[in-house]
Amino acid sequence: MTAVLSRRTLLAAGGGLVVAFSLHAQEPKRPGSLKETPSLDAWIRVAPDGRVTVFTGKAELGQGLTTALLQIAAEQLDVAPNRIELITADTMRTPNEGFTAGSHSMQDSGTAILNAAAQVRGLLCDAAAAEFGVAADTLTTADGLVHAADGRAIGYGELAAKLNLHVDATANSPLKDPAAYRLMGTPMQRIDIPAKLTGGASYVQDLRLPGMLHARVVRQPSYGATLLDFDTGPIEHMPGVVKVVRDGSYLAVVATKEWQAIKAMRALAAAAKWQETASLPDEATILDTLQALPVKDIPVLTWQAQAGAPVKRLKARYSRPYLMHGAIGPSCSVAQFVDGTMTVWTHTQGVFPLRAALASLLRLPPDKVHCIHTQGSGCYGHNGADDVAGDAVLIARAVPGHPIRVQWMREDEHTNEPYGSAMIAEVEGAIDADGRIVDWDYAVWSNTHNRRPNIGGLMLQNAALSDKLPVPPPAPIPMPEGGGDRNSNPIYALPNARVVYHFIPQMPVRISALRSLGAYLNVFAIESFMDELAEAARADPVEFRLRHLQDERAKAVISLAAEKFGWSAGKRGDGRGFAFARYKNLAAYCAIALTLGVDHETGQIRLGRVVAAVDSGQPVNPDGIRLQIEGAIIQSASWTLYEQVHFDRKRITSFDWSRYPILRFPAAPDSIDVYIVPRPGLPFLGTGEAGQGPTSAAIANALKDAAGVRLRQIPLSAPAVKTAIGV
Amino acid sequence: MALSKARIIAAAVALLVVGAGALLWHPAIAPVDTHAVFSHEQVARGAELAAIGDCSVCHTATNGQPFAGGRGVPTPFGTVYATNITPDPETGIGRWSEAAFKRAMRDGIDRAGHHLYPVLPYPHFTRATDADIAAMYAFLMTRPAAHATAPLNQLPFPLNQRFVLAGWNLLYLSPGPWHPDPAHDAAWNRGNYLVEAIGHCGACHTPHNALGAESSGQTLAGGQAENWYAPPLQSASPAVRPWTQATLADYLRTGFEAHHGAAAGPMTAVTDELAGVPDSDIQAIATYIASMMPKTAPEPVMARAGGDPHAAAIFAGACAGCHGSDAPMTRAGAPSLALSTVVNAPTPQGAIQMILNGIPWREGKSAPYMPSFGAVLTDAQVADLASYLRATYSEKPAWTDVPAEVAKARGSS
Amino acid sequence: MIRLNVNGHDHDVDAEPDTPLLYVLRDDLALNGAKFGCGLGQCGACTVMVDGRAVFSCLTPIALLPGRNVRTIEGLGMNAVQQAFVEEQAAQCGYCIAGMVMRAQALLEHNPNPSEQEIRDQMAVNLCRCGTHMRILAAVRRAAGRGVKS
Ligand code: FES
Ligand code: FES
Repeated sequence: MTAVLSRRTLLAAGGGLVVAFSLHAQEPKRPGSLKETPSLDAWIRVAPDGRVTVFTGKAELGQGLTTALLQIAAEQLDVAPNRIELITADTMRTPNEGFTAGSHSMQDSGTAILNAAAQVRGLLCDAAAAEFGVAADTLTTADGLVHAADGRAIGYGELAAKLNLHVDATANSPLKDPAAYRLMGTPMQRIDIPAKLTGGASYVQDLRLPGMLHARVVRQPSYGATLLDFDTGPIEHMPGVVKVVRDGSYLAVVATKEWQAIKAMRALAAAAKWQETASLPDEATILDTLQALPVKDIPVLTWQAQAGAPVKRLKARYSRPYLMHGAIGPSCSVAQFVDGTMTVWTHTQGVFPLRAALASLLRLPPDKVHCIHTQGSGCYGHNGADDVAGDAVLIARAVPGHPIRVQWMREDEHTNEPYGSAMIAEVEGAIDADGRIVDWDYAVWSNTHNRRPNIGGLMLQNAALSDKLPVPPPAPIPMPEGGGDRNSNPIYALPNARVVYHFIPQMPVRISALRSLGAYLNVFAIESFMDELAEAARADPVEFRLRHLQDERAKAVISLAAEKFGWSAGKRGDGRGFAFARYKNLAAYCAIALTLGVDHETGQIRLGRVVAAVDSGQPVNPDGIRLQIEGAIIQSASWTLYEQVHFDRKRITSFDWSRYPILRFPAAPDSIDVYIVPRPGLPFLGTGEAGQGPTSAAIANALKDAAGVRLRQIPLSAPAVKTAIGV
Repeated sequence: MALSKARIIAAAVALLVVGAGALLWHPAIAPVDTHAVFSHEQVARGAELAAIGDCSVCHTATNGQPFAGGRGVPTPFGTVYATNITPDPETGIGRWSEAAFKRAMRDGIDRAGHHLYPVLPYPHFTRATDADIAAMYAFLMTRPAAHATAPLNQLPFPLNQRFVLAGWNLLYLSPGPWHPDPAHDAAWNRGNYLVEAIGHCGACHTPHNALGAESSGQTLAGGQAENWYAPPLQSASPAVRPWTQATLADYLRTGFEAHHGAAAGPMTAVTDELAGVPDSDIQAIATYIASMMPKTAPEPVMARAGGDPHAAAIFAGACAGCHGSDAPMTRAGAPSLALSTVVNAPTPQGAIQMILNGIPWREGKSAPYMPSFGAVLTDAQVADLASYLRATYSEKPAWTDVPAEVAKARGSS
Repeated sequence: MIRLNVNGHDHDVDAEPDTPLLYVLRDDLALNGAKFGCGLGQCGACTVMVDGRAVFSCLTPIALLPGRNVRTIEGLGMNAVQQAFVEEQAAQCGYCIAGMVMRAQALLEHNPNPSEQEIRDQMAVNLCRCGTHMRILAAVRRAAGRGVKS
C-alpha cells in the first residue's frame, strides 16, 4: 500500500489524508479521456452487421484528427477503416472531452480510443473463446472477424450482439505490440479531403436545412458602443427581410436569401447611430501600457545550485503584438429553436462548454440546448466560432421554427474575434568562463489566454444585450500547461533560474486563446536569447543548446534537424538560424533550422530552406504530423514577419486582409522538410502547436546571421528590419 | 496621345539629320578600380535622395535584386530596359568614377561615352547639386554588387541608334543648375528642387510631346505613365477636395489619404519609396505642390441615384462591398468615390485602369488593395461601369469615347 | 429570372441581378465548392472560372453572366488537378482548397508548364491560413507535369 506513495503525495496530502490518498494512488489511472468517461460503449459500439461506430468528444478542426483516430481504432480493433464510422463532438452523442485545444486530442481522445478499442477487441475475443470453447489466447483477429486456430471464424457483429460493452474500461489494455502495427505509424490519406475537393458538404457553412433563413448581425463598432434609437422600418420592408432583431445594442436581420440579408445588414449599419467612447490605449505605446498595468505575480520556478562564476551577463526584452486567428472562412453557425429546445450546429472547439454558455445566455436549462460539432474553417484557437453560435441562438429564438444560418462578414471576424494577447518577456542570463549558463532570470507579462465561454457572460453578445449577465474576471491557466507562462520554464538544465509570470488581469483589447498561447513568445524569447548567449560564449548555437540539455529525446530531435539541414558548426553568415522547443515541456519536441535572405534595401525577409525534426511519441499518421508542422511553420512565419492587430483610440482598424496582411504564396519558403523521430509504443504527444515557437526564433536567429541585426520585437517587419540594418 | 508610326519615323529621320550635324563626340571616362571611403552621412543622404528619385523603381526587375536593372520601362516608342546600377565592375557601374556618374546624371552620357535614353530623367537630374549627385553615387557604390546585364532595348530603327539622342538633347536638354526662387520661402524652394531635380515628377505628370520630351510651358499639367493617368499637380488638378500641404504629405508618405484615396498604378511604387524619406523633405514637396494646386473646389455630390440599371447592378454586386456608403472600408475612413480623382478626371483612363488592374498586394504590408476586374468584366462592361461611376459620383460632364479607351487599356494591360 | 450556364447546364435563377454569383451557386444551386471568405476579392476562397478565367465569385454579380460559361469545382469531376491535391494531401481545414483548385485549373489551362515563380505569383491571389502552401504548390506542379485538359 505504501509502495506508491511519493514524497509529493505525502506532502500534498498530509496527516490523516494519507491513507485515502494512497488507496486512490494504488489504483492505476485509466488512460486518456477514459478517466472522465470510462464506459467502453461511450467510445465504441459494434452493430450486428459488424459495422463499428467510434465516438470522440474532440472535433476535426483541419488537423486530420478524424483520420488519425480511425487509424487507431482500426489498428487496435482489426477492422478496416472504411467499416468504421466516427462520430465527433456532439452533446447528445459523444463523451464530454472539453475543448479540442492545446494539442491534446491525441493524448486525450487518441489514447482513450486506443485503449477502448484494444479492450473491446479483448472482450470480443473472450466472447469468441466462449463460443468456440477454446482459450482466448489461441484466437486471432483480422478484418472484423475472430479466427480460431482450427479455421472457424465469427464476425464481430454476431459476438457484439451478445456482449455488454456498457462496462467501465480497466486501467490496462491488451494493446498490440507496436512492431505489429500495420496502420498506426503508416501514412494514410485523410478521409475528409476528397469531399473538400469535389464540393461535398463538409462545413457548417454548407448546411442547407429545409426552411432555413439567413441572418447577419450589425456588430457594435467599438467596445461598449451603445446603439441609439433609430427607425428600422425601411429596412424591415426591404426585399426578403423577415425580421430585424434588436435587443439593447444588439442588432441583427433575418432574410429569406443570403444576399438579401447582407444588403439589409449594410442598410442597417448605415442607418444605425452609435455612441462610442475612446476606450483603447495608444497603439504606439501598447507594450509599455500593458507592462504598467497592475499584475498578479505567479512564480513559475526557482532553481538554485552551485555554478561557475559569471563572466558575461546579457539582458534583453522581447515582445509580440496582438495577433489574430484570421480564419479564411468567417465564423458560421446554424441554430433552430423548436418546442423549447435549441439545436445548434457549430464549429466550436468545445460543444459541451458552449452548450453551457448558450444555455446561460438564453436562460435555458443546458439539456434544452443541443450542440453538434460541424466542421468550419480552421480556427487556430478561440476565434469567432463560439460567438457566432451566440448570434444564431439569439436570432433563432426570435424566429422560432426556422433554422437560422448566420455567417460573419470578413470585417466581423477581423474586428470581433478575440485576439491572442500582446506579451513582453524580459530575460537576463549569465555565462561562465566555460560558456555555460550559470544564471537565468525570466519574467513574462501577459493577459490571460483563455476567455473561452462556458457561461453567457463570456459571450460577445453579452456586452450588447440589454439584460447583461455577470462577467467573470479573467484567470490565468495554471502550469504545467500554463497560459502566458506556457513554455516560460526553460527545458535546458540550468543551475540557477528564476521565472515569474506577471499576469495582467485588465484587458484593453478582447482576447482569448490563440494557437500555442504564451509559448509563441516564450519560445521566441528563450530561443533568441539562447543564440545571444551562444554568441557571447563564442559557441555554435546547436552545440550550445545540446550542451545545456539532459533530455535525450530533445537532443535527438535537435541532432536530427541539424543533420538533415547540414548544419555545420562555425559556418555563419549565410542567413541560417536554429531553434528548438518541446511544446509545454509536455507535448511534442520540435527543432527547426532554416535559411533566409534579406533585401538590404527594403528589409524584406525571404525564407529559403526549412528543415524540421519532430518527436510526437508513437506516430499515428506520419504525413499528418508533417503537415501539422508545415502548417505551423508557415503560420508562425506569417505572425513573425508581418502580423499585428492595429487600432485607434476607439476601434480596431485591422478590418480586412489589406489592413491585416498574412503570408501569401510568393513569400512561402522555398522548401519545408519535416523529419519524424518515431517512438513506437510511447504515448502520443500533441503536435498541432509544436512548430509555432521554434519557427519565430529560428527566423530571428537567421536574420541575425544574415544581416547582423537582432530583432526582439515581433513582427520582424520589413521597415523594422530596414531600420535596424540602416543604409 | 497616340503617335502614328509614320510620324515617329519622320521625326526620327529629322533627328538623325540634326543629330548627325551636331554630333558631339563624348570621350570615355577612364574606369576606376577603387573608390573613396564614403561617410555614413553621405551614404544615408544618398539613400534618401535615391528614394525620392525612385532609382530602384525602374532599376529593379520584378523579384530582382535592387538596382540590378533589367526592368522594362514601356514608352510610346518601345521598351527601354533599365541598366544595372550596382557596383558590379563588369555589368554595373562599379568602375564608374564619380565624374562619370555625374556626367550620366547631368548629360545622359554613360562612362564609355554613349548616349542614354531620356527614360533616365537626366533632363531633371541635370539640376541636382554636386553634393546630391555625390551622395547618390556614394549610396549606389555601397550597395551589394549584382552581376546582371539588362536585356536589349526594343526600339525601332532609327531610335535604336543612340546618336540620334544628341539631337534630342540639343532640343530638350537644358543643362544648368537649379536656382531658388527668392519670392518663396525655404521649404517651398526645397520642395521645388526635390520635385524638379530629384523626384522628376514631371516625367509622368507633365504632358509629353511627340518626341517624348516634356512639353514646355506645361509643367506638371498632367500626363501619363505606363498608360495610367497621372493627374495635374497644379491648377488643373481634378481633385474634388483641394489638396493641402497636410493631405499631400499624408498621401506621399502612406500612399493613402482620407479625402482623395489610394495611390495606384505606377504611383504606388513612388509612395512606397517615400515612406522612408525624412518628414522634412516630404513636407517640402507637399508645400511646393500644394502651392500650385487650386485652393477651392466644388463640394462633391456624394452619389446620385439612377443611372444605367445594368451598371448599377454591377456596381452593387462588384464594388459596393468596399465602395458602398455603408461598407466596412468606407466606415474605416476610405473616401467616397465622389472624392476620387480618377472619377473626376478629364479622361476615363485612370478609372478604367483601376477597374481592370486594381491595386496589387504588397507582401506583408498593411496598405490599400483593390482586386482587379480585368478577368471577369468584358470590355463593354468595363466601359458601362466607368461611365456609371462618372454619372453617379461626379458632376463633371460624361466622358466620351470610353469604349475606345477600354480597348486601348486592354491592349496594354 | 436570369439564365446562367454553370458546368455546362443552363439554370434559370430567381435572384436579383446584383447578387454575386457566390450566393447563387451556394444558395440557389446548392453547390458547396465556392466559399465565402471575405466578399472583398482578397482571399480567393470563392474562386470559380468564367469563360476559362479565374474570377472571384463573391464580386461577380450575375448580371454580368448571361451568355457566359461558369465552371465550379463540382464541374471538374475528379480531374488531374484534384487528383494531385489528393496525392499531395494538400488540405488541412480545406476551406481554401476549392478556390485553390479552381485558380490552379485556370492557370494550367492557360499555361500548361508554369515556372515556380509563375505558380506562386498566380496563386498569390488566394489565401490559406492553415499553412498548406507547400503542399498546394507541390500539387500544382504535379498537375502541371501531367497536363490539364480544359
Ligand atoms: S470570398 Fe471572394 S475573394 Fe474572398
Ligand atoms: S487548408 Fe485551411 S485555409 Fe487552407
